[in-house]
Order: sequence, then C-alpha cells, then structure tokens
Amino acid sequence: MGKLRSYAEINEKISKGQAVVVTAEEIIAMVAEHGPEETAKRVDVVTTGTFGPMCSSGAFFNLGHPKPRMKMSKVWLNRVNAYAGLAAVDVFLGATEIPDTDPANQNFPGAFNYGGAHVIEDLVAGKEVRLEAESYGTDCYPRQKLETTIRLSDINEAYLFNPRNCYQNYNVAVNLSDRTLYTYMGILKPNLCNANYSSAGQLSPLMNDPDYRTIGIGTRLFLGGGVGYVAWYGTQHSPCGPRDERGVPRTPAGTLALIGDLKQMQAKWLRGVSYLGYGVTLQVGVGIPIPILDVETLIGTAVRDEDIVAPVVDYSEDYPQATGRTLGEVTYAELKSGKITVLDREVRTAPLSSYPKAREIAETLKMWIQKGQFTLTEPVARIPASDSGVRLKSLAVK
Amino acid sequence: MKRKLVLRFPAAVVEYPFIYTLAKEYNIVANILKADINPRKEGRMVVELSADEKSYQRGVDFLQSRGVIVLPLEQQIVWVEDRCTQCGACTVICPSGALWMQRPEMTVAFDGEKCVVCEHCLKACPARAVEARYLSGV
Repeated sequence: MGKLRSYAEINEKISKGQAVVVTAEEIIAMVAEHGPEETAKRVDVVTTGTFGPMCSSGAFFNLGHPKPRMKMSKVWLNRVNAYAGLAAVDVFLGATEIPDTDPANQNFPGAFNYGGAHVIEDLVAGKEVRLEAESYGTDCYPRQKLETTIRLSDINEAYLFNPRNCYQNYNVAVNLSDRTLYTYMGILKPNLCNANYSSAGQLSPLMNDPDYRTIGIGTRLFLGGGVGYVAWYGTQHSPCGPRDERGVPRTPAGTLALIGDLKQMQAKWLRGVSYLGYGVTLQVGVGIPIPILDVETLIGTAVRDEDIVAPVVDYSEDYPQATGRTLGEVTYAELKSGKITVLDREVRTAPLSSYPKAREIAETLKMWIQKGQFTLTEPVARIPASDSGVRLKSLAVK
Repeated sequence: MKRKLVLRFPAAVVEYPFIYTLAKEYNIVANILKADINPRKEGRMVVELSADEKSYQRGVDFLQSRGVIVLPLEQQIVWVEDRCTQCGACTVICPSGALWMQRPEMTVAFDGEKCVVCEHCLKACPARAVEARYLSGV
C-alpha cells in the first residue's frame, strides 16, 4: 500500500490550521460511508483517548534543598512514603503507596481512603501538602529532620513517570465463588452477579494502532491534561499473544511507559481513587494521535467495539491462582450494552474505565491539533511488536 | 399513598414499639427496608409507609410528637456529580437501580427516588463521589 503523507507534511498542515482531524469514534462512520481508501485520503490524524485506573503510575520530584542542606533518606508527603533512594532531595512517589498508619486490610475490606495517587491529585490541584523527611546526616548534608508544607509550584522538577499505562485490551472480571471479592477490578459479587471490564475499546490508543506502527518511543501525547511522551514500552508489554484476523489482541497485550511535566497537568485528568479491599490507584487520562500515513494505519483506527473481544476471567480462582483458564470471550459492544452472557447466564457489566471521559480526551486532543497547538512526532524507535518474540514471564519461586 | 422515609429514633425512645403503633392505631403499613436499632442508642430506619393521606399525616405527627426525626429519603444519599469519574463501578453494586448507566452515552445517573439508603455505593465508589448526609433534621 502506498504512502499518503509524511509526519512533516502533516505537521505543516497542522501549523497552517488545515489538518483534518477526527476522533477514533468519528472515523468509524466515515469509513463505513466512504470506504477506507477514500477516507484515508481525506483524514490526516485520528485522535484516541482513555481514562481509567492505571496502578503503575507515579511521579518524580526534586524537592529543593533546605538550609542547612539535607540528604533525605526517608520522605513522606501527607504521611505517604516516597522512595528516596536517589540523590539528596530527589524522590519517587508511587500511586498505590498508602500511609504506614493505614490499617490496610486488617479490618477487611479496607477502605484505602488516601494514598500516593491522592497526593499527586492534591499537588496538581494546587493544594498544600505536608512534607516530612529524615536523614542520617553527612558532612555535606548535615540536616537530619525536616517538617514543612509544600505546593507543586515550590518544587523544582515534578514529572509524572508511569511505568505501565494504556493497557491494550484487558480481562473481564467475574466471580464464580459464593463470597464477595474485593479486587483491583472493583467489587465482584458472588455467583456471577456482575462482570467488570476496563478499556475504552474502540477509543483506546493501542487498539487503534494494534501493531504499534506509529505509536513508539518519543510519541507526543495528551497526559493528565498536559503534554507527555512515550518514554519506553510499558512493563508487562506482551505483544505476541493471540490476535484476531485484523491483528487486534484478544487478551491483555501492549503497554506504554509515559512521562510528562506534572506542572502542566490538571487534577480532572489525574484522580486518586480507592478500591475497597484492594488499595489506592490513579485514574489517568491519556490521548494519543495517530497520523494517517497510509491506508493501513487508517484501517487500524477504524476498529469498532463489535470487532474487539476480551477474555472473561474468574477472579475467585483462575486469576489469583494463575491457571490460565478463561470462561470465553465477549465483545466491547456486548460489554457496553450492560449485559453479557457467561456460562449461559446473563451478567450485568460495569466499565471502570470511563467512555465519556475517553471521548472528551480524544476531542480535546483533536482541538489542540486543529488549533495548531500540538504537532505530531515520529517515534525515535519502535516498541516491540507482534513479530518481536517478546513474551511475558511468570516468576519461578525457588 | 406510599412514601419512603428515613426515621431517626433518639436513644430515649428507641425501645418504643413505633411500627406496631403505626399499624394498630393509624392503619399504616410500614415496610422496613433497612434498620439499625440497638438498645439505648440512637436508631435509624429506612421505611416505606403506605396509607391514605389523612392516616399517613396523623402517623407522621405521632412519630414527631414522640421525638422521632422524619426525613425524606431522597435527600439522604447525595451523588456529587463533579467528583464522579463516570467509571460505573457503583452501578452494578446498587441493588435498587438508583445509580445506573445511561446508554449509549455511558454516563452515570442517580435517581434519588429509587434509593433505599443501603449505603453500598459509599465505599464501592472509588472516587468517593457518593455521600450520606444524615446530620440535618427537618
């Protein structure tokens, strides 16, 4: 298939305000009406979006030196521990970290009302956060204890660095047992009462570029309401699992590691949330533009909820025990209808990942590009694709 | 007429047989949806009262005269739309369909009239966007 346009040509059109940009939802109707060849000629960029819980998220901070200077070896932000095994005043705050004083699941199911993700949201919202630090003290960094308050604007560098975001497809979680389960997929009522899923489906970034032809290292994107980049492929990136005839994964597959300046972001798109009996996580908003370089990239973006399948997995036995068994497949169109059939029973569904927020992100990114505020980047390197042989390993306990 | 109410019983009167009295003296059918009643402690009950309008009003007057706080149910659970992230986790937990998903928009909606104040949503909501506001009496 022939090339239709280059990144440079697309960016030239963007800078002139002439680029034709549509969302991954809008492109579906266009392809149905005009066919892929004709639509690919007309459209320059398709925007995607997703807004859901992404546990493998966090932020690096350089807190700045107090007087006298301090080599902070233990650091807490609003009582939440931040990892300080870095240079003197650098720390990493993980989204799922909870305060040492949180009873966790000792009183099951734990509420997990506050954690690292909430600290990130509070900082981005401009709130004051309590900073406590301890050190053993050195000749160059004599201070041993510190208690103060900080705001995001007081911190030198603050950047989100999420090791695993944008899961390409995910399990549909159900519960075959006779007790309620409290999981990272929400509350699963006994005896197949509900099925929870978590993907924006046809709007989800990696569903629209299934073999990572345009999304790669260096891709500029919408992250938490600001601008971010693909830093690397994400942890647990698993591109070589089963795929359908269009090349779309049938199970959890690719992931992305993302980075971006926290100071540009908005609390609306970075929300600390609490999963009963499980823990704290961060809801992250991500939107990725896909340049229509040729008809093949266009066909990737035209994927529909009725074409994408996800595996139904029992979280009472098969997921925790890693048996690998699934209870069948359902499409995202079925999931979005509110009811699916599992083991001949009708089961109610809940999304966890917000479709209207995903749409809002795709629309926002579209507007940024149309206004010439956001240009596209060609990846500096590709991430491992379906022909890479990269496979997920489990841990052998010796 | 049928009306869902939240009744708050001060500790001093919590052991009085109110529901029996409503039935016997005021001809009111009381369908208890939820109750948290303990000796010598303030009690709370979610109840649906069925009666003709006159009996209903006399029954409510009786409860209030004995110090029971009678609150309209639909104001007890508040869904804070601004805080809701539209994840839908509550919609499969809510047993009465008060929290539900509008399709195909996939947005969460709350119908206070269907709420039975079971409070399952309070902790099922990851964003803590549902609140119980029992404090103000009417």
